Amino acid sequence: MPIKSEPVEVNIGPQHPSTHGVFRMVARIDGERVTDVKMVVGYLHRSMEKLAEERTYTQNIPFTDRMDYLAAMTGNLGYCLSVEKLAGIDVPERAQYLRTMFSELQRVASHCMATGAFINDCGAWQTPVMYTFRDREKVLDLFEMTCGARITTNYMRIGGVAFDIPDEFLPALDWLVNDDLPARFEELENLIVGNEIILMRSRDVGVVTPEMAINASLSGPMLRSAGIAWDIRKADPYCVYDRMNFEIPVGYNGDSYDRMVIRIEEMKQSLRIIRQCMAELPDGPHKVDVPLALRPPAGEAYSRVESPKGELGFYVVSDGGPAPYRWHVRAPSLINLSVLPQMTIGQSIADAIVTLGSIDINVGEVDR
Amino acid sequence: MPHPATVTLPGTAVAERLGAALPGAVREAFAEHVVLEPASLFAAMAFMRDDPELDAKYLVQMCSVDMITRIDVVYHLASLARNHIFEVKVPADHERPAVASVAPLWIGATLQEREVYDLMGVAFEGHPELTRLFLWDKFPGHPLRKDFMSLPGGQKSGLSQFPKQAPGQTGGEFRPRDAGAGAP
Repeated sequence: MPIKSEPVEVNIGPQHPSTHGVFRMVARIDGERVTDVKMVVGYLHRSMEKLAEERTYTQNIPFTDRMDYLAAMTGNLGYCLSVEKLAGIDVPERAQYLRTMFSELQRVASHCMATGAFINDCGAWQTPVMYTFRDREKVLDLFEMTCGARITTNYMRIGGVAFDIPDEFLPALDWLVNDDLPARFEELENLIVGNEIILMRSRDVGVVTPEMAINASLSGPMLRSAGIAWDIRKADPYCVYDRMNFEIPVGYNGDSYDRMVIRIEEMKQSLRIIRQCMAELPDGPHKVDVPLALRPPAGEAYSRVESPKGELGFYVVSDGGPAPYRWHVRAPSLINLSVLPQMTIGQSIADAIVTLGSIDINVGEVDR
Repeated sequence: MPHPATVTLPGTAVAERLGAALPGAVREAFAEHVVLEPASLFAAMAFMRDDPELDAKYLVQMCSVDMITRIDVVYHLASLARNHIFEVKVPADHERPAVASVAPLWIGATLQEREVYDLMGVAFEGHPELTRLFLWDKFPGHPLRKDFMSLPGGQKSGLSQFPKQAPGQTGGEFRPRDAGAGAP
């Protein structure tokens, strides 16, 4: 006897553990199947692009912390690079290395969070996230040691970085990247990669094809899971990434499992980059003096970095004044959500949650 | 293997390629970007996406800039295979901005066009679902416009000088300029 069912509209969020912030997904379901998905964003909209038009270039750096608050360093870096490109400022060598090093540490911290939260969404309630948070905490300790803040670091400056690293930083980093984290990642891999339950929950769930990934402007692990080896660090190198030796992990199926494995592999590659930075770290000034009320010449610049979420771009327009005339952020979290309906429609509602978790959105960056 | 860095195509080169196939599509060409005619935006974008040389399969980002007399919609297009990027602008009328939607060409434009519509008020013709993205439906005005919340008498704005809440309005809504009779 066929079971009679009627479509029901289910609100997932805005306050729901699986939406990773104040994000609302309105799913229309027929039994267990999702037939339509609408996303409602804007709960965290702080209108930073407008506020920035009344603040100086330096005063805008803290906004970039609060966009992707799980990856503040890459946000800082992307913004500073765009202003430096606009104003034609050269950054000292040591600052370039420090920027690279802190971006990679931030990638480890952000991917730890993403992996833990993803396994959480798969149903392993709270235990794996404690393992990954333990590792993330150690990275945040290093941030605190250097710039006094753990999450909203506000560390990069136009023309360099705010502070040089303290004396005890390098020994602590050495222990972290050579002794502690490799063992922790191995432990994490043993626990989850190849784990039967994780495989069953995430294989062939939320699949993106390569054509769809390019057409939808996806970036970061979302794009690489579809098998496209595209990483801004390789394709359009900034800082000292052109001197670094590392690989871009890519997936084959474009599913949620691939994205998780790619993130774990990227963390290991990040450690490789950090080791090279530590070995090559030159002496010298950590920043150049830039006027506090910087007035870049009239013009525009678009620069991009590979943030843990994907391609983070900053488009800055100057009219020659002390504040940006227009400031636009290409937020990878928002654009990666473009394919959420295509990925989730037809799946069961439990798989839709896993799919959303594997995108690794950050609502601070979606809404800005 | 050293990876070649991204090449930024000059606007003049893009205009040359585009002008040969679609005469009249290019309004002006600069070193940094190319300005398109709004009427032929969709055809030009479709050409640039499918052309083997420009190969703009990847819409990097799109946004808008209020230029006081007009509103510029800015697109950054890229080819991942050839690793180049270039910038395209299309001007829109300032009072009633409307340009063709490129969402049928790139899925990635769907949310970004909604964002531009929400914050700058550019209507994208042909968009499957053009609603506000961040703000609520009854929000008055489009905040990223330069004349949003500007003060009478051309006074320079400062955040503290804005009326936070107008009498008779609820929900913390800001009052736009020219809200009607009785507006300060």
